Amino acid sequence: MATTEPPEENGSVEQAPTSAALDRLLAAMPDAVVESEFQRGAPIARVAPARLLEVMTFLRDDPACRFELLSDLCGMDLGMVRPDGERFDVVYHLYSVEHSHVLTVKTAVADGTDAPSVTGIWLTANWHEREAFDMFGIGFAGHPDLRRILMPDEFDAFPLRKDFPLEGREKDHGYWRQPGDDDRYTYVAEPPEKK
Amino acid sequence: MGLSRELQEGDHPAILVTKYESLFNWARKSSLWPMTFGLACCAIEMMSAGASRFDMDRFGAGIFRATPRQADLMIVSGSVTEKMAPVIRRLYDQMPEPKWVMSMGICSTAGGPFPTYSHVQGVDRVVPVDVYIPGCPPRPEALFYGLLMLQDKIDKMKYSK
Repeated sequence: MATTEPPEENGSVEQAPTSAALDRLLAAMPDAVVESEFQRGAPIARVAPARLLEVMTFLRDDPACRFELLSDLCGMDLGMVRPDGERFDVVYHLYSVEHSHVLTVKTAVADGTDAPSVTGIWLTANWHEREAFDMFGIGFAGHPDLRRILMPDEFDAFPLRKDFPLEGREKDHGYWRQPGDDDRYTYVAEPPEKK
Repeated sequence: MGLSRELQEGDHPAILVTKYESLFNWARKSSLWPMTFGLACCAIEMMSAGASRFDMDRFGAGIFRATPRQADLMIVSGSVTEKMAPVIRRLYDQMPEPKWVMSMGICSTAGGPFPTYSHVQGVDRVVPVDVYIPGCPPRPEALFYGLLMLQDKIDKMKYSK
């Protein structure tokens, strides 16, 4: 006699997530991957910065991986999460149009050191790495044009670092000053005198 | 316009007597040319105000000019970032006198929901503002009310001392 147990939610038994791309990477370059895990079903591989370009080139070119698309690249400030380790993570979100699968690659960067630039592998990394540099101050060795992209050129801090105040510093919110002889537009802390 | 007197000559009014202040103010307030210039979601409401349903032309302020050289009204519609502020100042400096500025919405008025490092906490730190319009974003009717307030303000301008 059949039992009338209710089916599991969504009618499926929960299975351990798998990733063909991650398996392929682990089989081909086991010593390059520091650790790998799944978060909410998404595969994540952590790679040492020294091997990053090698791994990324493999992930793009290998027929079983074929990650043609770097869909996102961002920085993370983990200074409070791992105070004894490297301060930053650079996170690469890869997507394969051909196989329709994803892989997240992370690499740890200490404050003051550079991550290798992947602009030679995916051209789109150019602006993404500029943003990570602008917000976190992460350098990218080999980037063709590493300068600020969102904040004004004169800005002298990295606003998404955890030790930067969200509302900005006092000097970030000045008043307008009329252009001087050099015709540059600058701010001053004091409001202008009323005429 | 506050006509003082009409002098009749025959059956037709041939001479109007008024103060030149009234004449200039009437001309200026009746033909405000805003600059085509939007920063954020308030600009969508501004575009709606200029389109057929709300028809900003009814107030003589419907000719949005795409250059500051031909505009005399700057509607700062949206949040002003620190990076955009010098650009706004330059546009303001390029507008010919007389010129007026309306701050549309809470972002450009006082920073709004963005008390952050990247946003100017009020566009009056960058350019002098004549009329502040509250709202997030203000409806076109609110923009019109601000426009009428600005017209009242223009009507009170004095040229002689």
